[in-house]
Amino acid sequence: MIAGFAVAIVQVLVVGVGAPLLVGVLRTLKARLVGRRGPSPWQPYADLRKLLAKEVVISPTTSWVFRATPYVLVATMLVTALIVPVAVASPPLAFAGNIILLMYIFMLGTFFLALAGLDAGSAFGGMGSSREVAVAALAEPTIIVAVFALALRAGTIDLGRVVEHFGREPWLAANPAHLLAFAAFFIVMLAETGRLPVDNPATHLELTMIHEAMVLEYSGRYLALVEWAGAMKLFLFMTLLANLFFPWGLTGPAGSAPVLLALLALAAKLAVLTSVVAVLETMVAKLRLFRVPELLAGSFALACLSLMAVILVR
Amino acid sequence: MDRLAYGLAALAGIGATALGGYGMFGGVWTLRLAWLVPLGGLELTLDPLGGFFLALIGFTLVPASIYAMGSSGGERRDRFAYLVFVLSMCLVPLASNTMTFAITWELMSLASYFLVLHDRESKESIHAGWVYAVMTHAGLACLLAGMLLLGAWTGSPRFEDWRAAAPALSGTARDVAFVLLVLGFAGKAGVIPLHVWLPLAHPAAPSHVSALMSGVMIKMGVYGILRASLDWLGAGPAWWGVAVLLAGAASSVIGVLYALVDHDLKRLLAFHSIENIGIILLGIGSAMLYQQAGLEALALLGLAAALYHTVNHAAFKALLFLGAGAVVHATGTRNMEEMGGLIKRMPWTAVCFLVGSAAIAALPPLNGFVSEWLTFLVLFQNTRLDAPGLSLVFTLGIASLALTSGLAMACFVKAFGITFLALPRSDAAARAHEVPPTMRVAMAALAASCVALGVGPTLVVPALGSIAASVLGVTPPATVGDWLTLRVSGTFASLSTLAIAIALGLALLLPLVALPLVGASRRTRGYETWGCGRIVQTARMEYTATAFANPFKRVFDFFYRPAKRLDIEFHPESRFFVERIEYENPARSIFDDWLYRPALDLLRAGARAARTLQSGSANLYLAYILAALLLMLVLA
Repeated sequence: MIAGFAVAIVQVLVVGVGAPLLVGVLRTLKARLVGRRGPSPWQPYADLRKLLAKEVVISPTTSWVFRATPYVLVATMLVTALIVPVAVASPPLAFAGNIILLMYIFMLGTFFLALAGLDAGSAFGGMGSSREVAVAALAEPTIIVAVFALALRAGTIDLGRVVEHFGREPWLAANPAHLLAFAAFFIVMLAETGRLPVDNPATHLELTMIHEAMVLEYSGRYLALVEWAGAMKLFLFMTLLANLFFPWGLTGPAGSAPVLLALLALAAKLAVLTSVVAVLETMVAKLRLFRVPELLAGSFALACLSLMAVILVR
Repeated sequence: MDRLAYGLAALAGIGATALGGYGMFGGVWTLRLAWLVPLGGLELTLDPLGGFFLALIGFTLVPASIYAMGSSGGERRDRFAYLVFVLSMCLVPLASNTMTFAITWELMSLASYFLVLHDRESKESIHAGWVYAVMTHAGLACLLAGMLLLGAWTGSPRFEDWRAAAPALSGTARDVAFVLLVLGFAGKAGVIPLHVWLPLAHPAAPSHVSALMSGVMIKMGVYGILRASLDWLGAGPAWWGVAVLLAGAASSVIGVLYALVDHDLKRLLAFHSIENIGIILLGIGSAMLYQQAGLEALALLGLAAALYHTVNHAAFKALLFLGAGAVVHATGTRNMEEMGGLIKRMPWTAVCFLVGSAAIAALPPLNGFVSEWLTFLVLFQNTRLDAPGLSLVFTLGIASLALTSGLAMACFVKAFGITFLALPRSDAAARAHEVPPTMRVAMAALAASCVALGVGPTLVVPALGSIAASVLGVTPPATVGDWLTLRVSGTFASLSTLAIAIALGLALLLPLVALPLVGASRRTRGYETWGCGRIVQTARMEYTATAFANPFKRVFDFFYRPAKRLDIEFHPESRFFVERIEYENPARSIFDDWLYRPALDLLRAGARAARTLQSGSANLYLAYILAALLLMLVLA
């Protein structure tokens, strides 16, 4: 029980505190790749502190949905932080959830954020909401089919057991089904967290933005919460990708030494993934909005191929 | 008079729930009145499956009737039709021979026809009533044909005898009976492509009737499909299950695609009924396939998932229709483009509608999520069938269920966001007011049941499991987890929506406590929405429902085949000044264009050809009679 609480607190702290750093590192890396010095990796913390100190400017058009949304977003991320295997394979709340639940909790956050985008009555917010839910809806089949491919191989959809199963599989990284599912999930991660080539997190150009258009009306502490939740979503998705597909260093029993080891391994895996995303974001341009479905269809095809590979190999 | 009729209906609902609950948990009750009707007499039997559907009717009937007391009750004719409708519907799941079933089924259909036609002045209602009458009677024809054939082959009109005799019939006979019965029931359930009456009839009826029609009447089709395919005929060949599963996949995706581009609030909900029937059919189809392969535990799970979604859909769809009714009551329109800002004018309705929206969008920890999660698990375990061809069908089901839930989320962002948020888009919406307390109580009760069904699957699933076990004739599993956690198929998956709900609640409080601790500013200032320097914000700057749905229209344009029409009227003196723009971008229905219109054309051509026989000459008619008589003699 005590160990469970300790793990819960460790996981929430790692996700909550680590998320802005991940975003900062990503930004710094991107800046270096294009030859700029860029801000320090710690800049997101300074941004959050600045936002928290500022007053909130809120439109009288909005309702309680707009004010509740930042809290709902943060709550969904904190709850997923208790389910995703960050430091241990089966965190305290793992019994309550599984991969499907995880994706639907993210969808709960998207649902409220999209409503908040409509609430202020500006055309930008509505545009962002409409595009965000379109991307989220089209990404859904990929996620579920990829999850199905994983579940078939592991014989369960409980995250902890999936991670333990893959930890025992020796030639994991060379398994075609595994790599195809990883590729599918990676594309979905880019779409769900609003990265290039689906959405550009650095732009404020009306015609292209998705996520930023939705949160345009937020300011002060609300914006801080929304930004923090966004960073946590990126952190959680990357952790899920890292620990689900490459569960090395995570499978020991809960204790202070294995947890530390798992966190170090996670840091290394996240560093690799972050570099990949940074290189990718430097190399590709944003897709036209109506080309995004083609990308998502491609990721769906990858997920289906992975599934076929599993069924044929059995 | 109003209150008396609806009070009676509510009492009937309580009685139905009690009797149904008694039947669900193994109670037995039979009533035979041989003298009342010919051909077998009136015969009612309560069994677990019938009890479940009876309880479901009662559970929806109570809030719908309480709601009806608050809204204007309509004419006397409507109240009478309402009572006949609900009472005959209560008898349908109890009927246990062909005659009783046909009478109660037809009474239910006719009474609902009169309710659809309650506004006799509007052309729209008349058209809706007409289509509904045609479709429901085409279905009845299939049903009667199937039932009479089955009765002739087994030598008895009683359902009980079918159960014993039908498995011994020849394969072809069973196939014919299956196709006829399932076609008839699928028409009532609104399965694609037999759904055409549903988006017309549901918006035309008063809202409490729409809630009942969508929440429970179409479930009578589901009830029939369950009876026909799993109970009366027993386990069938694999293609039965494949057909039901594919119909479910098609209905779910196509239903939600139509809902996305429809901006009539009640019609949108009607399209979502088609979608949810599809999800229920995914569970039933997989249960049929598993039962045929002898995988009892999985068949049980599939049926339990389907029944769970049946209850859930009744709860949230009734809630949404009542909410939509409240909105229509307050604004006088069903067009979402004329709504907006209602969350401030109708706060109670808004909260209830939000709960219903989140539930139908399958967001945890509400009820829609639990049953969709169960359906996913049932579909996931298809590899235990060891048939790669079937795996393909199941994968199609998985992908369509995933796409459906994503699109449903998008659709309810639109439905709630455009209707309730931002500035009102018309004077009527600006003048809207909250509805009377009886209507609010009804909605709040249904919203509470959505939450309860969401966090309490550990109580609901064992109960549904025992009903499913009685239908399939197997023993129910001893336990499915503890009070907190639902476990499915051993270690395959576990879920605790209660734990998630508690965790979400605590996590909501955390920032409220933590923000002051980290020294966050508490200052808040009101200022108008940013608008690129425009002077005044009006509702015309808001995103519309049409604009919201446009990305979907473009992505799925191969399905919608939108017909675009743009009319611009310029100022007579200069082309640079536009006086009026008319823009229309309606989606066309592939079912109307490719199925119903050709069928109707064929029918008309056939009728025209047959007209040559009717020359008006009495001598010729006498010759027909003579020829027919001779033919009969030769044949006999």
